[in-house]
Amino acid sequence: MTVKHGLLGLTLMASLAGSASYAGTLIYCSEGSPEGFDPALYTSGTTFDASSKNVYNRLVEFDRGTTNTVPGVAESWEVSEDGLEYTFHLRPGVKFQTTEYFTPTRDMNADDVVFSFMRQLDPENPYFTVSGGTWEYFNGMSMPDLIKSIEKVDDLTVKFTLNRPEAPMIANLAMDFASIMSKEYADALLAAGTPEMLNQEPVGSGPFQFVAYQKDAVIRYKGNADYWGGAPEIDTLIFAITPDASVRYQKLKAGECHVMPYPNPADLEAMRSDPAINLMSQEGLNVGYLAYNSKMPPFDNPKVRKALNMAMNKQAIIDVVFQGAGSVAKNPIPPTIWSYNDAVVDDPYDPEAAKKMLEEEGITDLSMKVWAMPVQRPYNPNARRMAEMIQEDFAKVGVKSEIVSYEWGEYLDRSKAEDRDGAVLMGWTGDNGDPDNFLATLLGCDAVGGANRAQWCYEPFNDLVQQAKVVSDVAERTKLYEQAQVVFKEQAPWATIAHSIVFEPISPKVENYKIDPLGGHIFNGVSVAD
Amino acid sequence: MLKFLVRRLLTFVPTFLGVTAISFFFIRLIPGDPILLLAGERGVSPERYAELQTQYGFDKPLWGQYLDYIWGVFQGDLGTSFVTKKPVLDEFLTLFPATLELSLCAILLAIAIGIPAGVVAAVNRGKFFDQTLMTTALVGYSMPIFWWALLLIIVFSSGLGWTPVSGRISLMYYFPNATGFMLIDSLMSGQKGAFASAVSHLILPTIVLATIPLAVIARQTRSAMLEVLGEDYVRTARAKGLTPARVNGVHALRNALIPVTTVIGLSVGTLLAGAILTETIFSWPGVGKWMVDSIFRRDYQAVQGGLMLIAVIVMIVNLIVDLLYGLINPKIRKG
Repeated sequence: MTVKHGLLGLTLMASLAGSASYAGTLIYCSEGSPEGFDPALYTSGTTFDASSKNVYNRLVEFDRGTTNTVPGVAESWEVSEDGLEYTFHLRPGVKFQTTEYFTPTRDMNADDVVFSFMRQLDPENPYFTVSGGTWEYFNGMSMPDLIKSIEKVDDLTVKFTLNRPEAPMIANLAMDFASIMSKEYADALLAAGTPEMLNQEPVGSGPFQFVAYQKDAVIRYKGNADYWGGAPEIDTLIFAITPDASVRYQKLKAGECHVMPYPNPADLEAMRSDPAINLMSQEGLNVGYLAYNSKMPPFDNPKVRKALNMAMNKQAIIDVVFQGAGSVAKNPIPPTIWSYNDAVVDDPYDPEAAKKMLEEEGITDLSMKVWAMPVQRPYNPNARRMAEMIQEDFAKVGVKSEIVSYEWGEYLDRSKAEDRDGAVLMGWTGDNGDPDNFLATLLGCDAVGGANRAQWCYEPFNDLVQQAKVVSDVAERTKLYEQAQVVFKEQAPWATIAHSIVFEPISPKVENYKIDPLGGHIFNGVSVAD
Repeated sequence: MLKFLVRRLLTFVPTFLGVTAISFFFIRLIPGDPILLLAGERGVSPERYAELQTQYGFDKPLWGQYLDYIWGVFQGDLGTSFVTKKPVLDEFLTLFPATLELSLCAILLAIAIGIPAGVVAAVNRGKFFDQTLMTTALVGYSMPIFWWALLLIIVFSSGLGWTPVSGRISLMYYFPNATGFMLIDSLMSGQKGAFASAVSHLILPTIVLATIPLAVIARQTRSAMLEVLGEDYVRTARAKGLTPARVNGVHALRNALIPVTTVIGLSVGTLLAGAILTETIFSWPGVGKWMVDSIFRRDYQAVQGGLMLIAVIVMIVNLIVDLLYGLINPKIRKG
């Protein structure tokens, strides 16, 4: 602690209010405690913010504020003609952080990259079982099936060989679980008999380096002066863990923090009119929808599904359920994802026409179930209320509906059944910003009986999506996905309901902060005015 | 006295076993499969599900899991949190000083104000002071903690800027956690202003947490005093010509304190068991908030370990209260 800090401390104490703001320090009032600091062990955004987003790098990174991928510690890469081999060329001179607990003796090389993946892939790797590693995301993204081998070609070249072509691979490698760890540090910990410290005292190559964590209270980082991308403008980055949203707001107002995530919808109005707050907003990387069971009559008939979609007043749902923090969804992917097809026209809200369409299809006395999840999700803050509104809308076109719900674990499980009775409210938050992560994961034939809760296997759609998986050219993939969205709209396996709107109130002193469409909170490139 | 102590200690054993069984089985009664919850919308394949079951030990029969657990407990191993992957006991001990510090401050404040207020109200029974005090106590008792805390923050922190909004100390002070008690650590750090900052951060949470016990203690003191003030020996003391201060403060109060001590003991137990709301609002890194997070994550090990430790602490506090009775009232000690 320097004299400067001490003096400032005194001045501030005169007012008793700890309005901590000294040059080069950014305080982020985070919403919860990280589970640990090894991103590959976890799936929560809170943990990623505290580890991968600011401390680590990946071969490929997401360009800040977009879902586009750009070079990370790999400065370039080639994909073989058959789409099975990915050769990455590492950036020379990338330094791991020198901390109080570790001093690296060499720059990052291919060994580090191989280690970072093999610890999740190879049961023989000494780190495979450390910290009860279940490698959720690595498994969730089907990496064990996908990766045939990872080899070091030379110190700065790594080759991934896949079992099948997979264009979203590049986006997968930009995900948090693919963060590059220092093998030298991991080996040193293993030799010292404390491998679990890899999850408690992180060493990365990213813009910020870990200093200390006081459980449930504060995480401290300092700017990494040796960062290959240039030292960050923020010298000290502090996460002040503040679980209550109203309290985060009060702290922002009192100058006790600069950036806060997840405000209360009820506070948004006051924030908008507060000159001391800059309220940023963007559509979230998610979609909330109602999935019909396309295997069960009469929902196997696209016209019936379409008619029900037209019976729903989506704008009213957004107004009531999201209280303004949402927008009507017309496509199964959110507008922040590349290849979003804005030319698609949504089904109009027209109960009269809907009723007529149903009659034409011979549906006069339909009663159905509408499933409502018991928990708040980013894509659906109040499923019960949403289901009630849908029930009223359906009643207006002569369709009776009953709302059912189960405990969340049960709900997820039972809604997968192919003979499920009823339409289910569901949603998805994207993992890697790739359209494949929505269109193939949620609507592909392979996912029937799993994440494809519409149980919808429609060849023309599936062909487009599968084709896009094996092409690595982004422009070509974009065309295929745009077409797929048109087919989706014609066939209407879901009623697409909403994308949430993410709000992030920040202090006007904060410059160059960008909302991350992937839901992270990234402080490289951000500065704080005095 | 020794016999009394041994008798009380013996009752510990069944209570302790009961608590472990209840905490173990009840958390498992809450619907929600931890693996399905962890997987979320992404889902998990049946093979992977079976793998995870084995890894977490959920594939064993429940009684087998319980016996494993009890065996661990007697060896001082409360298990490992499956979220943070750290030993439950370490997690608890890291967070407990924060809860203890806040609870002690709150209970001291409640006693320091509650007892004198109750005495004064009893002595001035039915007068303006008594009625105001009892109405205030009722309001304090009935107020939603969440609302009360936010109100104080909005007025004193955001509005007047007198106190910080939340946390334990200003973020610019940074020193190692020697004891976990911020008041002591900040003094030991030798950094100027650190202690004052720690105190300023304690003010609002202490007031909020003290509100309910204060109301209860004040009301209890008043009614106990009223009862005692009607006793013969108090009249005798007055007749002897003792000053009202001596009559009320010594002769009456000492006897009135017995029921009040019970109330204080129970409050301490409740406070330690996790001032959940207060800790959440003031971002106070204590055990209450940790327990709630663990329940939501179905972190079985953390919940059952935490519950057991809290139960042991509550049992110890109650034992101390019982011993205090003995000091205050020789009849109990000898009976």
